[in-house]
Amino acid sequence: MGLRSIFGGDNLVTTKLDQAIGWARKYSLFPYPFVTACCGMEYMAVSSAHYDLDRFGAAFPRFSPRQADMLMCVGTISQKIAPILRRVYDQMCEPKYVVAFGVCTCTGGFYDDYSTVIGIDTIMPVDVYIPGCPPRPETVIQGLMLLQEKIQNQKHEY
Amino acid sequence: MPRNIFKTLQQKFSDFILEAYTYRDDAIVVVDRNAIYDICKFLRDDSRMKFDLLMDLAGVDYLGRDPRFEVVYTLYSLKNNNRLRIKVPIDERNPQIQTVSTLWKIADWYEREVWDMYGIRFKGHPDLRRILMYDEFKGHPLRKDYPITKRQPLITAEYTNNSTITPTVELSNKAMDEYVSEEDGLKVKHMFLNMGPSHPAMHGVIKIILELDGERVVSADVGIGYLHRSFEKHSESIYYNGVFPYTDRLNYVSPLINNVGYALTVEKLLDIEVTERCKYIRIIMSEISRIADHLTCIGAMAMELGAMTAFIYFMQAREAMYQLIEEVTGARITISYVRVGGVKADLPERYEKRVGEQLKKVRAEIKQVHKLLTRNRIFVDRVQGVGVVSKEDAISFSFTGPLLRASGVDYDVRKQFPYSNYDKIDFEIPIGKNGDVYDRYLIRMEEMEQSCLIIEQAFEKMPKGAIMVDFEGQEIPAEKMADLGKFGQTKNLLHQVAVTDPTLLGSNKPYHDMVYAPDKRVSLPSKEKTYGSIEGLMNHFMLIMDGYGIRPPRGEAYFAVEGANGELGFYIVSDGTDKAHRVRCRPPCFAFVAGFGKMIEGAQVADIVPAFGSINMIAGELDR
Repeated sequence: MGLRSIFGGDNLVTTKLDQAIGWARKYSLFPYPFVTACCGMEYMAVSSAHYDLDRFGAAFPRFSPRQADMLMCVGTISQKIAPILRRVYDQMCEPKYVVAFGVCTCTGGFYDDYSTVIGIDTIMPVDVYIPGCPPRPETVIQGLMLLQEKIQNQKHEY
Repeated sequence: MPRNIFKTLQQKFSDFILEAYTYRDDAIVVVDRNAIYDICKFLRDDSRMKFDLLMDLAGVDYLGRDPRFEVVYTLYSLKNNNRLRIKVPIDERNPQIQTVSTLWKIADWYEREVWDMYGIRFKGHPDLRRILMYDEFKGHPLRKDYPITKRQPLITAEYTNNSTITPTVELSNKAMDEYVSEEDGLKVKHMFLNMGPSHPAMHGVIKIILELDGERVVSADVGIGYLHRSFEKHSESIYYNGVFPYTDRLNYVSPLINNVGYALTVEKLLDIEVTERCKYIRIIMSEISRIADHLTCIGAMAMELGAMTAFIYFMQAREAMYQLIEEVTGARITISYVRVGGVKADLPERYEKRVGEQLKKVRAEIKQVHKLLTRNRIFVDRVQGVGVVSKEDAISFSFTGPLLRASGVDYDVRKQFPYSNYDKIDFEIPIGKNGDVYDRYLIRMEEMEQSCLIIEQAFEKMPKGAIMVDFEGQEIPAEKMADLGKFGQTKNLLHQVAVTDPTLLGSNKPYHDMVYAPDKRVSLPSKEKTYGSIEGLMNHFMLIMDGYGIRPPRGEAYFAVEGANGELGFYIVSDGTDKAHRVRCRPPCFAFVAGFGKMIEGAQVADIVPAFGSINMIAGELDR
């Protein structure tokens, strides 16, 4: 928050700077695909040639949480894997965004049972929920655009 | 044939055979638990029996009955091509039985699963610990007195304290200590490496604890269960047709085959047969799914080896398959298309032509990838001679499908136990001989071509669907009829049903009768009947209401289909109500992953990736 207080809180300079940083960040999202289940098939479809996530600058997956800034949580999270997901989240550097891909990560879906976590927001904060079982590629693209909008309009730390 | 088996067993183990009978053509023997090891050994080794594959091992809980539990073994003989089911009652006070893990290697994992889910102990098992649930879990979830929604607290210790990796078991005796290497006389120490669960090549849900001597794998312990979603428990608490959405998510790359497998098992329990057209529709949809599955498997494997181009080409081809599936079912992946006694709706208009176009695309992509990979030096060097599984090991681990065929065993459920008119179709089963990753790759490539041929033949042999004709016998396409209807020119039409799209508007009577079995116990009536007559309405009501529905007679059945990965079996126990008492799924990749530790022993770390890619592990069906 250093620079922001030097400029004297919210004013023309900081809002313009926020916009510029937001514009830069929203087109360079490096996803960490935490793929566990059926939604992975749609993730494959959406990130390969036909639907081409690269148009949004968000197709190059980084398999190290240290290099990623968007955690794409794709597929059912069971009680057994939840601690691992949380650990991956903790290892990511700020700024980080979480996308709940598919209804299982949003609410648990129709797996209301002893082994499934009721939505990943019980273990970490979520930025965008993409419902669908699995969501169609178009839905995923819309979710991603919503995230970009969120990044564009948010206050950044500098 | 079953009679001979019964006779031999009764002669040899007269005191221990409690019952022997057949039900729905399945041979079943109920035996005393004290003799299970001897009986299994006899059945495996005797030259007349030769039951060399342990296809399945499952537990069943009959709460309120004494003895409460039952362990069910499904054996298969390659020589005689028959199955045998052995059931062993086990009482609640002392839930214990002799292990058979020394007879079949796969039994190790099957027994761990039964222990995890039912709490039945296996005496003499080398390493009886939980497999699907986590170690801290209390209780045994598939027991009937464990409520399905009873969640236990999340284990947070794993991420709060930053503990170092400790293997859960002692992997080998040299594991932790320094020792002098025999090869070069240097002091060495084995290293432990955790591969997964969050690892790109492990598909997110497998943990392999590797014991490494430099780059060489000394031993490996594979951990699964990260996607356990209690398919079996859900299937026991929902009516028969309600299970289909859950079966979609077993092998989510080829969901239609799971649908067909489950439907055929329930149909076997009910002893009904579907219509001819429906059989061919099931074949066509299964084979489209199989192509999609193999495309994904090879594409992903090639990508993990760095061949991104092949992946992109195959995803393009898979997209064509998904479009075909979507045209019929309305969904891309989780389709829920098949019903007990039929399929949801008939194929859309001019589907054959569409399939022809898309298959042409797929064949072109396959040809491209053949050019890219099959003789590519880099690819071949990384896959040839890697992940070799001998014929004996493959049988002992009860591998099925492409992996068993790559090891040189000719076994395909579509040929050995033909279902849904597969016996009327002419196709070939490719067989490998080395049992390595390269053979599996070639077999999958060839199977896709065979699947294309099957689809084309099925379209030729399929009885024509319902068509609209006018009084002169001329066929009227649906959209033309809709146009005529708009102008009120419906007088000279024979059947005045305006059909625009059978897949989206539900089933109309002429279509409906072609794809549903004419059996009121299972098939929903067509919309015209439901809305137009009291009998139809009552029939619909009886099938939909909770507590009525489809009620197979008391009994049990095992039925297997050839999934994209191998034998996909369902074992269903019915207690006469509208919900199954037990649904057990025999997932083909469970066996592959059980044998994976053995497959990579002695290999390099880099070989793990192609070997794992070639087994096509699908977590949904592995962990269920």
